[in-house]
Amino acid sequence: MLEHIELFFRSIFIDNMVFAVFLGMCSYLAVSKKVTTAVGLGAAVIFVLGVTVPLNWLLDKYLLQDGALVWLGPEYADYNLSFLSFILFIATIATMVQLVEIIVEKFSPSLYNSLGIFLPLIAVNCAILGGSLFMQSRQIETFGLAVNYGISSGIGWFLAILAIAAIREKIRYSNVPAPLRGLGITFIITGLMGIGFQSFGGMLTGGEETAEAAQESAAVQKLENQEKASLEELKKEEEALTTKGVSYNDVNK
Amino acid sequence: MALLSKKDTNLILDPLADNNPITIQVLGICSALAITAELKASLVMAIAVIFVLGVGNVVISAMRNIIPSKIRIIVQLIVVATLVIVVDQVLKAFAYPLSKTLSVFVGLIITNCIIMGRFEAFALGNGLWRSFLDGIGNALGYGVILIIVGFFRELFGSGTLFGIPVLGDPIEKTGLYATGYENNGFMIIPPAALIVVGVIIWVQRSKNPALVEEN
Repeated sequence: MLEHIELFFRSIFIDNMVFAVFLGMCSYLAVSKKVTTAVGLGAAVIFVLGVTVPLNWLLDKYLLQDGALVWLGPEYADYNLSFLSFILFIATIATMVQLVEIIVEKFSPSLYNSLGIFLPLIAVNCAILGGSLFMQSRQIETFGLAVNYGISSGIGWFLAILAIAAIREKIRYSNVPAPLRGLGITFIITGLMGIGFQSFGGMLTGGEETAEAAQESAAVQKLENQEKASLEELKKEEEALTTKGVSYNDVNK
Repeated sequence: MALLSKKDTNLILDPLADNNPITIQVLGICSALAITAELKASLVMAIAVIFVLGVGNVVISAMRNIIPSKIRIIVQLIVVATLVIVVDQVLKAFAYPLSKTLSVFVGLIITNCIIMGRFEAFALGNGLWRSFLDGIGNALGYGVILIIVGFFRELFGSGTLFGIPVLGDPIEKTGLYATGYENNGFMIIPPAALIVVGVIIWVQRSKNPALVEEN
């Protein structure tokens, strides 16, 4: 349970899709002029990430990883198909987006009207493929965690686009220097927001990384202590030398 | 006859400045920002995109009359994904540490909007040679921005270029560091890339007021 909570907050705030790794910037910049459209796209991203990341996790686990084909029989244990992951992931995403569009249209026309136009856009949104690729490279362990990772990174992206859309609606009333208007100021604001989000880095205490950090700082402390000790020894030696009166000054005399 | 007619030259030169994919068309930002903390990574990324976009544009242009328009997105994705797998495998074989630095961002070339954008906007409607030039031109425009951002971030952030110290040694206090200069750690963190690109846009648009947006 604790790891679920940690992953949830980590993906929303610390490893935020937009501010930490710049995924989905194209649609983030293009569709953030109005809050309502931003909310629509954000919701669609949460939804699609929540579906495709677990699906690709299954593909990765039972098809692509080194030795993943072992369930077919022991003679398949040596196969490593991970080089195929790009093509399979993107095919899954394109198919799923298409499928989701059809299903949503059939069963919930009102949701389709609000999400509809954004769904095709999402197939080529880097955030979706990036979610799957990061899921693979971070070696998320269980299916539940993969679902969690998909949804929470979607929420992180949603938060980011909501915030920038709100700011852009307000900034229309300010006197921005002409060359910076539109794209330029959006970049700089996103950068500043990114710096703000960096402060979430210290939010999670506990877990492995802090333990590692503690070990590291302990090691550093040790080294410093050793240095101090050796310095003290040096000093003592020097003192001893001066008291004995065999310093270089004396030799020169 | 010259190899490149005037029109063809424009295909290459336009995206370098006034129609730049990153600063004007706002395409392909994702990967442009994440890997520019080092100049070397930026350069490799630029070369990878030049390869993928050049070859991809030619392939799509060659197939443009036989792709049914309903499934063209999937066909395009498969073509890009195949080319990117080639790039990824080559990087893993010949430059393993670098492919570790670029990590998932090589894979993200697939969803780089420049590539899909050029396929849609150009390769589906033009011949082989022109599509090839257009691909190279746009990828070069992308690469130029990447290298500018990488140059400034590495120079001010770590005082090195391609990993070679150019401002002296920060620990031994030689070169520029002897005068009290310090590396700007801010340039290394991810949000700095956004601000550097913002400043590039600012400079470009002050020089060419025709590009200024209406708000």
